[in-house]
Amino acid sequence: MVNPAPKPYSEADVNGGEINVQGINRIFKDTEGKDIVALESVDLKINPGEFISLVGPSGCGKSTLLRLITGLDTPTGGELYLDGDKINGPHHERGLVFQDPTLFPWLNVYDNVASGLAARKILKEKKYEVSEYIHLVGLEGFEKSYPHQLSGGMAQRVALARALVNHPKVLLLDEPLGALDAFTRMQMQDELVRIWQQRGTTMILVTHDVDEAVYLSDRIVIMTPRPGKIQEIMNVSIGRPRSRNHPDFLRLRTKILEKLHFAKENNLSYYI
Amino acid sequence: MSSQAANIEESTSLSPALSEPAIKNKKILDKRIVLILPLIALITDLILHLSLPNKQSFTTTKVYPSLLKAFLAAYLLVLILSFFIKPLFTKLIERAPLLTAVFLFLELWDIVTLKLKLLPLPYFPGPDKVLNSLTADWQLLGVSVLYSLRLLVVGYAIGSILGLTAGILMGWSKKWNYWIGPLLKVIGPIPATAWIPIAMTIFPTSFWASVFLITLAVWFPVTMMTSSGIANVRNAFFEVARTLGADRKYLIFRVAVPAAFPMIFIGLFMGLGASFLTLIVSEMLGVKAGLGWYINWAQGWAEYSKVYAALIVIGVIFSSLITLLFKIKDRVLIWQRGLIKW
Repeated sequence: MVNPAPKPYSEADVNGGEINVQGINRIFKDTEGKDIVALESVDLKINPGEFISLVGPSGCGKSTLLRLITGLDTPTGGELYLDGDKINGPHHERGLVFQDPTLFPWLNVYDNVASGLAARKILKEKKYEVSEYIHLVGLEGFEKSYPHQLSGGMAQRVALARALVNHPKVLLLDEPLGALDAFTRMQMQDELVRIWQQRGTTMILVTHDVDEAVYLSDRIVIMTPRPGKIQEIMNVSIGRPRSRNHPDFLRLRTKILEKLHFAKENNLSYYI
Repeated sequence: MSSQAANIEESTSLSPALSEPAIKNKKILDKRIVLILPLIALITDLILHLSLPNKQSFTTTKVYPSLLKAFLAAYLLVLILSFFIKPLFTKLIERAPLLTAVFLFLELWDIVTLKLKLLPLPYFPGPDKVLNSLTADWQLLGVSVLYSLRLLVVGYAIGSILGLTAGILMGWSKKWNYWIGPLLKVIGPIPATAWIPIAMTIFPTSFWASVFLITLAVWFPVTMMTSSGIANVRNAFFEVARTLGADRKYLIFRVAVPAAFPMIFIGLFMGLGASFLTLIVSEMLGVKAGLGWYINWAQGWAEYSKVYAALIVIGVIFSSLITLLFKIKDRVLIWQRGLIKW
């Protein structure tokens, strides 16, 4: 991996945004019309420029919470704010990267990265940034390639660049590395840290990989399912760059796993 | 007896040692022999055509033998070039059997018609007669081609624009789907040619009546495939585009339409086929020009050689149009894997 030297960015002054989640409820209806409580009275304040992870068993509502922050979904009750402004609907200030890179297959790498600027009709003025971000994720030389020619890791880099070129205040990552092999995954985790440190964007990561959460995050939000709630928020006070073998790292990892396990047992006993 | 057995033994014992390079050699020889086959076929064509007496009572011309000679010259030229250009050589080896078959077919045609008169006249003229009509009547055929193309282009353009518009509206909005959907379901399956009696009375000229018919024929498949293509675009594409700051116009024209293009193309292709059919039928029934009219007119005079000539022209033009459409598709769909081949 070629690590490009940090470059001065044209909007380097853009820092991360502050997310305020206040008393969020999200209730879905199942096919029989019965209520499914995906999230119940969730309160969360995410600091500007913070790297925060949401972990928990499947069905704990972590992805739902992320979708609410993107504005693609609306809460049944409660409100969400970015820097004090109420969130209603998607906005380029809140970038999104899925597990599936969801690149536009009809556009090549360059045009995919440029699509955010094109959609906002500012591509002409900011054309130079497209190459800058392709450089940032280390994909020079692949500008003309089409998504089906890329490996999973490369495609996810393109997705990352496509979200970042819009200078989002918050980047929402929904298991972005979930489909990658172990090596690419670790490489991409370091990339994420590097980009985050360089850009100062607020990062919100949904993952069920506890290692990943501990390796990347300032804080880890542990959630429990049915109804989805925040069980505990843990600070990760390990200095960066982090080592996966550091005793503190291992201790915290074990602690979180225990809590998740506990949550699972709790959940099972509920059914018995 | 014993010496024979010894001989056999000897030959069998020798053969394994010989077999491998021998087979290899033979294979290469076989491959090259293929290249001579079209030549043999063409020369036999020529000899048979010039030497056998004619049974059909047409006056023969030099058109067919000239064509054969032209083929011969062209083939020889390509053959010589292929010894210097490697890709041409492999391509020629691949195509040689097919060319041979085509030339043999010409020979068969010549023999069963002109030479032996096995098939009744005037329905089955020989190749010389058909070629003669093609060259002698080229002006009228040319004008007919222009008339047909004008009708086809206008009808196809209007039909596909309307089809794309209706398809996008239906695929994008439930409301439009509610109102246009039933219309499409009822009107669409009616073959456009069934409207001929009505179209001919409603429209002031047979030209516009035919444009209407072709438009109708193209509109149905294009609308159908466009709307289902757009309705089936993965929602994730729209979600990502919205988080990138896309407005509705971008979502429709820069996300939905390109994502649906593989389906839209199938609609355009089906529409093209339908437009060919409708064009020829409406020219046969109402329009006083064009290739369909030409066929009808030639049949009226029992000049079947002209009918065949027109069929050849139609084949060449329609096939070229489909090729053109596929070329455009390959350009637009460069991002797609597994293209439909034409």
